[in-house]
Amino acid sequence: MAIIGYLIRRILTGILVIWLVATAAFLLFFARPVGTVARQLAGKAATPQTIQEVINNLGLNQPISTQYWHFLDGLVHGNLGYSYFTQESVDTMLKQDLPATVSLVVGGMVLWLLFGLTVGIISATRARSAFDRVSSVLVLVGLSMPTFVIGELLILWVFQPLNQHGITWIDTGYSGITSGLSSFIGHMILPWITLAAVQAAVYTRLSRGQLLDTLGEDYIRTARAKGLPERRVIFRHAVRAAMTPVISQLGVDVGTLLGGVVITETVFGLGGIGQVSVQAVFQDNLPVIVGFVIIAAIFVVVANILVDLVYAGLDPRVRIT
Amino acid sequence: MTFSEASFEVGQVAEPPEPQTPAKVEGRSQLQLTWRRLRRDKVAIVAMIVVVIMVVLAIAAPAFASLTHHPVDVAFPDTGEDLSGNPVGPGVNGFWLGTDGSGRDLLVRILYGARISLFIGVVTTLVAAAFGVVIGLMAGYFGGIIDTILARFTDAVLAFPYVILGIALAAVFGPSLTIIFGMVTFFSWAGIARIVRGQTLSIKEKEYIEAARSLGAGPFRIMFFDILPNLMGPVLVVATLYIPQAVVFEATLSFLGLGVQEPTPSWGNILADAENFYATSWWYVVFPALFLLLTTLAFNLLGDGIRDAMDPRTERVLAARRNRRKDKKKLGAANGQGSGLPDTAQIAAS
Repeated sequence: MAIIGYLIRRILTGILVIWLVATAAFLLFFARPVGTVARQLAGKAATPQTIQEVINNLGLNQPISTQYWHFLDGLVHGNLGYSYFTQESVDTMLKQDLPATVSLVVGGMVLWLLFGLTVGIISATRARSAFDRVSSVLVLVGLSMPTFVIGELLILWVFQPLNQHGITWIDTGYSGITSGLSSFIGHMILPWITLAAVQAAVYTRLSRGQLLDTLGEDYIRTARAKGLPERRVIFRHAVRAAMTPVISQLGVDVGTLLGGVVITETVFGLGGIGQVSVQAVFQDNLPVIVGFVIIAAIFVVVANILVDLVYAGLDPRVRIT
Repeated sequence: MTFSEASFEVGQVAEPPEPQTPAKVEGRSQLQLTWRRLRRDKVAIVAMIVVVIMVVLAIAAPAFASLTHHPVDVAFPDTGEDLSGNPVGPGVNGFWLGTDGSGRDLLVRILYGARISLFIGVVTTLVAAAFGVVIGLMAGYFGGIIDTILARFTDAVLAFPYVILGIALAAVFGPSLTIIFGMVTFFSWAGIARIVRGQTLSIKEKEYIEAARSLGAGPFRIMFFDILPNLMGPVLVVATLYIPQAVVFEATLSFLGLGVQEPTPSWGNILADAENFYATSWWYVVFPALFLLLTTLAFNLLGDGIRDAMDPRTERVLAARRNRRKDKKKLGAANGQGSGLPDTAQIAAS
């Protein structure tokens, strides 16, 4: 029963967080002069009169409080507004751009978890061995390079040579899973590698560090003393306890990334929430920016609630209150 | 033996015997212990040397500029660009590492860039870690309403897509070092706070915290003296990742045109500009990337070393493993058999 009350409280505070973020985004972008977007829309040769007309049409001449009320009203009814430029509804744009981002994050996550946890566990069980030393350096290379450099180098050294030799399976741009699994993977493999290269180091280090800490605990000595095989001690006793911070980190990362993987999406031209929202900022496309910021916030909030629930499930010492 | 010799000597010179001092027990602080362990870690020492070299190079940047007669912001269209206007390679016309897209000395710009990038990395991380630890500790320890407020605020910060905010801020106020500095700090502390909070939640249920409380320790004593030292491992692991991350974050902003602005060089904006020359001028991307990579790697490895050195348990784990391995070897040797024996058989044999 306690868990239902806990969930209700978390969902209510989650809504509060989303409202805070939405308001911050609204105020932040409203602080910009309204003239710029109107001038863009009206064209270069527009008279001040036309510009004023555009401003009136967009409702930007109303006082902030009215606009804010209007914005909140739409938000409550699930209407995120319409793009200034294409008149497309932001909801529709989201539905179009979300698959690319989700594909990128989920595929990348599988890669980085596989790699990061495997290397982390081996490194911790063989701390200061050659494997530990070499892998800890190699894994850091991905993290130590800016994402755009990794992405551009993959395009330059993998995509372009292959393409020149007639191998067109690996491609840039986004191709939905509905247009064939092979084509989907071909389009996503380089972005996945890019994203995983950046993230894997965090998980390798975190799982290594946590596991090393856990292996120093008394109950591990007890498990060994009662004659359990080392493999069982590591996987059944140590890894389980060491994973809670890893899951915490995973929740934060996935939640944040679902809100848009700006650089990877931009470098590979995937579309996706990140690339589209950056374009929107450069265009002063207020409804699109605010809508996408809110969606990103919802992902993070939901991920956080899930993380805390899983945390309590894994670590009985943590009480849900 | 020694005693009789000593007494013989004493008899000869007729001086009062020196009081026999017992084996000296030296009190060592945590810092001394950490340093003693760190000194034995070769990788950490090499990393430390690399960091020091980078700092020295950054400080000495003007010296390199006057040595090569290539001031940082001056373009050399005659000597620094080839006939088609592309950068010249390393060693050509006295440019040690070649030139950049505008015909400026790449080495000098990288060294000046080191100043900005290192400053952003180190200072933002220190500030962010301080905020993150205090806020995370309080949220995790006090729980209740304080936790709800702090945790929700942390969530709101983490929930805000930071690249979007960065672009927005840069667009509203114009890109500047202050904006970058503030933004990196603002988006770093929340991640640290969240990890600290999670750890605190788990640690505060442990018996020794209960013991401290029953001895009458106040909440701040428990938080900062009992819980905090046990958090330093995870915090250090995360914080050492933030220094290179901050450097990389600046580069990312530069890629979007919102980082440190030309003509001031940073590793980020050099790399971002190099993007246009990837196919023709390899040195333009390779050298700045190498400097950045060496520095960020060094910080990461140094952090790992400090983490291992600070944690007395690491030593115990390693020692235990060494002993187990030794025991196994001994057993195997005694039985004249390899290590193929199952554990139970080994124990039975011993």
